[in-house]
Amino acid sequence: MRMLRLFAGLAMLAVFCAPAAALDRGAIGRLASGDADEQRQALDALVADNDVSALPFLQDLLADRVKIGADTTIIVDGDHGLDPLERAPVALPSDLEDVSTSNSLRLAIEESIAALELLSPDPALRLEAVKRLQNAELDEARLALIAKAESHERDSAVRDGLRQMRALSELQSGDRAMRLAAAKALRASVSGRVREALKARLASEEDGEIRVALTRSLRNVESSLAIGENLGIVFSGVSLASILLLAALGLAVTYGLMGVINMAHGEMMMIGAYATYVAQNCFRAYLPDHFQWYLAAAAPVAFVVAALIGVVIERMVIRFLYGRALETLLATWGVSLILMQTVRTMFGAQNVQVENPAWMSGRVFVMENLQLPYNRIVIIAFSLAVLALVSFLLARTRLGLFVRAVTQNRTMAKCVGVDSSRIDTIAFALGSGIAGLAGVALSQVGNVGPDLGQHYIVDSFMVVVLGGVGQLAGAVYAALGLGVAGKIFENLAGAVLAEIALLVFLIVFIQKRPQGLFALGGRQAD
Amino acid sequence: MLHVAPSPPLARCLYEKRGWALFALAALVILVVAPLANLVTPEGSFLHLSDASVALLGKLFCYAMLALAMDLVWGYAGILSLGHGVFFALGGYAFGMYLMRQIGHDGSYHADLPDFMVFLDWNSFPWFWAYTDHFCYALALAILAPAALACAFGFFAFRSRIKGVYFSIITQALTYAMMLLFFRNETGFGGNNGFTDFKRILDYPLATPQTRIILFMLSGGSLLLLLLASRFIVTSKFGRVLTAIREAESRVMFCGYDTLSYKLAIWTFSAAICGLAGALYVPQVGIINPSEMSPAASIEIAIWTAVGGRGTLIGPLVGAFVVNGAKSLFTAAIPEYWLFFLGLLFVLVTLLLPKGVIGFFDAPPSARISLPFTRKEPAS
Repeated sequence: MRMLRLFAGLAMLAVFCAPAAALDRGAIGRLASGDADEQRQALDALVADNDVSALPFLQDLLADRVKIGADTTIIVDGDHGLDPLERAPVALPSDLEDVSTSNSLRLAIEESIAALELLSPDPALRLEAVKRLQNAELDEARLALIAKAESHERDSAVRDGLRQMRALSELQSGDRAMRLAAAKALRASVSGRVREALKARLASEEDGEIRVALTRSLRNVESSLAIGENLGIVFSGVSLASILLLAALGLAVTYGLMGVINMAHGEMMMIGAYATYVAQNCFRAYLPDHFQWYLAAAAPVAFVVAALIGVVIERMVIRFLYGRALETLLATWGVSLILMQTVRTMFGAQNVQVENPAWMSGRVFVMENLQLPYNRIVIIAFSLAVLALVSFLLARTRLGLFVRAVTQNRTMAKCVGVDSSRIDTIAFALGSGIAGLAGVALSQVGNVGPDLGQHYIVDSFMVVVLGGVGQLAGAVYAALGLGVAGKIFENLAGAVLAEIALLVFLIVFIQKRPQGLFALGGRQAD
Repeated sequence: MLHVAPSPPLARCLYEKRGWALFALAALVILVVAPLANLVTPEGSFLHLSDASVALLGKLFCYAMLALAMDLVWGYAGILSLGHGVFFALGGYAFGMYLMRQIGHDGSYHADLPDFMVFLDWNSFPWFWAYTDHFCYALALAILAPAALACAFGFFAFRSRIKGVYFSIITQALTYAMMLLFFRNETGFGGNNGFTDFKRILDYPLATPQTRIILFMLSGGSLLLLLLASRFIVTSKFGRVLTAIREAESRVMFCGYDTLSYKLAIWTFSAAICGLAGALYVPQVGIINPSEMSPAASIEIAIWTAVGGRGTLIGPLVGAFVVNGAKSLFTAAIPEYWLFFLGLLFVLVTLLLPKGVIGFFDAPPSARISLPFTRKEPAS
C-alpha cells in the first residue's frame, strides 16, 4: 500500500510537472514488440506516467491498425500510413506485419484507455470511462491514476464512481484507518460487486469497529440492491404476463366466447412467428433501407395469415364438431400436428433467426442493477394495444355485438337475422389472428421453431381457466397474476418447481372457484 | 357427451359363446402358439416368430393395456384424460428402479449406485429408492404409485366438479408439470436420459429369448385378464352407473348416486392398469425416460382408443395395434410423413368415424360413415 501512495504521490507530481516519460519511440517499439511481458511493462509505465498523449496510439493498437515493418512501427489508416509519434503521413513499406496482442493484453489496453480517459476534459467521457472501469480488476498503476483523477474531479457522479473504485481496493489494505474509511465510504453504492467485496471482507476481517462499519454498509448496499432486484422481478413478471396475455387473448375469444377448444392455438402463434420471419427476409432482400420497420409490416401479415388458416380450420373441421368439445380437442390436436409438420417441411426443423430491429435493442437504464430491455417494453405496449383493440372490437362494433349476441343466445340472434354461421367463422378467424399477433411478439423475445406453440398452450389455457369463461377482464387479471407470481416463484425455487407450484395452486383455486376469477352469473345444468 | 343408441339390457354373462371362443383362441395363441413359434421352430421357417416380432408384439400388448385403461374412463365414464402417459411412465419408473438395482456392479463405474447417481456425485440412494431392490415391492409400487397419484388428483378434481374439457386441460397441465419434474437431474430419476442399460430381471439376463418370451406371455396374459376384469366392471351395475354419468352426470346425482366415488374408483383403477403396463413395458423396451410423459404421448393414447371405437373395450385394443403398427411402418419407410398421417387420423376419425373401426363394422352398411356435413350448432 505504501507503494500505492508512492505512486499516487508520483502521479500528483506528474500532473503538475510536464510528463516525465511521454510516449516515445522506445515505448512504441516495446508496445509493438509482440513479447507479452515487455508489452505489459510498457503499458503500465504509460499509465503510471498518466500519459494522455498515448491514447490515440493505444486506440490504434486495440483496433489492430498498428503494424511493424523491418525497423519501424507504423499506423495503417486505410491505404496510407501514419507515423505513430508525430502522426504525420509516411509512405507505407511493403512488408508489414501485424502486432500480436493476447486477449489479456487487449483487456489491459482497454482498461488503460479507460483509466487515461479519466483525465479527459469532457465530463461525459469521464463518466463513460468510470462505467467501463467498474468491473475491472485494478492494479496499482491504475489505482494511482484513479486517486489522482478523483482529487481533481468536480463532477459528483464521476467522483462517486472513482471513490467507490478506490474504496473497493482500499478495503483490502493493511492500514486499519484506510479499511475503516473504505468500509464507510461504500455504504452509498448500489452494485453487486460492492456487495460481494463487503461480504468477502466481513468474512476475514477481525477488527471489531471495522466489522460494524462493514455490516452497516453491507446492510445499506443490500437494501438498495434489493429495490432494484425486486423491481426487476416484477418487471420480468409483467413482461411474462404480457406474453401470456397475448397468447390467451385469442383463446379468450375462441374458447371463452365460442366455447371451442382449440389445441392448434399455439400453432397459430407459431405461424405468426414464421410470418414475421418471412417478412424480415423479404425486407432484407427487397427493402434493405427500411429494414428496421419490418415489424410494422409483419404484424398485419401475421394476423391475416393466421386468420385465414383459422377460417379454413373452422370451415373444414370445427363447424362439424360444435357441441362436442372433447372431439374438437382431439381434432384440433390433429390439426396442430399437421401444421407443425408442414412448417417443419417448409422451413426445416431447426430454429430460424428473427432479428430485433435496431430501435428495439438496447435497454433503459433505471438503476445500477435494473435495466429494462426495450423489446420487453415494446411487447408490453403491444399487448396492451392488442387488448384495447380486441375489447373495442367486441364492445363497440357491430361485429362485436353480433358475436356477443350469438354467444349469449344463438337461437334468438338467428331470429333477429344474425347470420350465426358467418359470425362463428369470423370470431374464430379473429381468435386465430390474435394468436398470429402473439407470434409476432414471441419472435422478438424467444426462439422461433416449429414447436414454439407447444410451450405456450398449457400456460395460455391456464390463463383462460383461471380467468373464467365469457369475458376478457378475467384473462387480463389471470395473465398478470400468473406472470408475476410465476416469476416470483421462479426466483425462490427455480423454473420447474414454479411451474408445479402454479399448477397445484390452480387446482386448489378451482376447488374454491370452479368458474374462474370472473364468472358470468347464472346457472347451468345438463 | 357420446350420443349412442340406448345400451342393451344388462348382460347376464361376460361374453356370449362366440366371444368366449375367440377369447380362448387369443389366450391359446399368446400363451402356447407364439412361444412355440419363437423358441421351437427353426429360424427361417415360415412358422417362426422372430425375436424382433416378439419384442414388437410385447410392446403393443402394453400399449393395448393403456388403450383399455383409457376406454374405461373415456368410453364409459366420459372422462377424457390427457395424462395417462404419466401413470404409464410412473409405473415404468417404479419398476425401472428395480431393474437399475439389478444391474448391480456391472455399470460403467462398477459402483454400488446406478451410473447416473455416481455421475451426480451422490453417495446414497434417495429415500424413495428404499426397498426397490425387492421385486415384489417394486411391482406393487409400479401399480400403487400411479393409483395413489390418480386418487389424490382425481379426488380434488372431481370434488370440485371439474369435468369435460376443463378436466382434460388440467390433466394435460399435470402431464406437462410432471415431465418438467422428471427432466430435472435432482428429481432422482436419471433426468434427461432416464433409466437404461438394464441387465437382468430376478437375476435372469434380460437379453435372452427365453426371458423375452416370458415377458411377452406376461404382457399378453395380463392384457387378457384385464380385458375380462374390465368387461366384468362395465357389465355390472357399477358400469351402468358409469355410463349414466357419462350421459348426464347431474341427473345421476339427482337420483341420489354419489358420482364422485364412482368416477374416482374407475379413474384410480384405470391409472393402476397404466402402471402395470408401464412395469411390463420397461423391461421389454429397455429404456424409460421423461419423453414418455410428454403431453403428445398421452394424447396419442386417446387417438388409439378413438380409432378402435370408444365404449367397446375390444375396439381400443384394435386401435392400439393398428395405429402403432402403422407407426412402425411409417417410421421405417417415410418418417417425415408420420405426423401428417397421425394428424389426419385425429381429424378424420373424429369427423367421420365417431364410433371407431368397431362401430364401422357393427353398423348397418348404409350408416357406416357418419358424413358430418350437416353443420352442428354450438351449445348456447
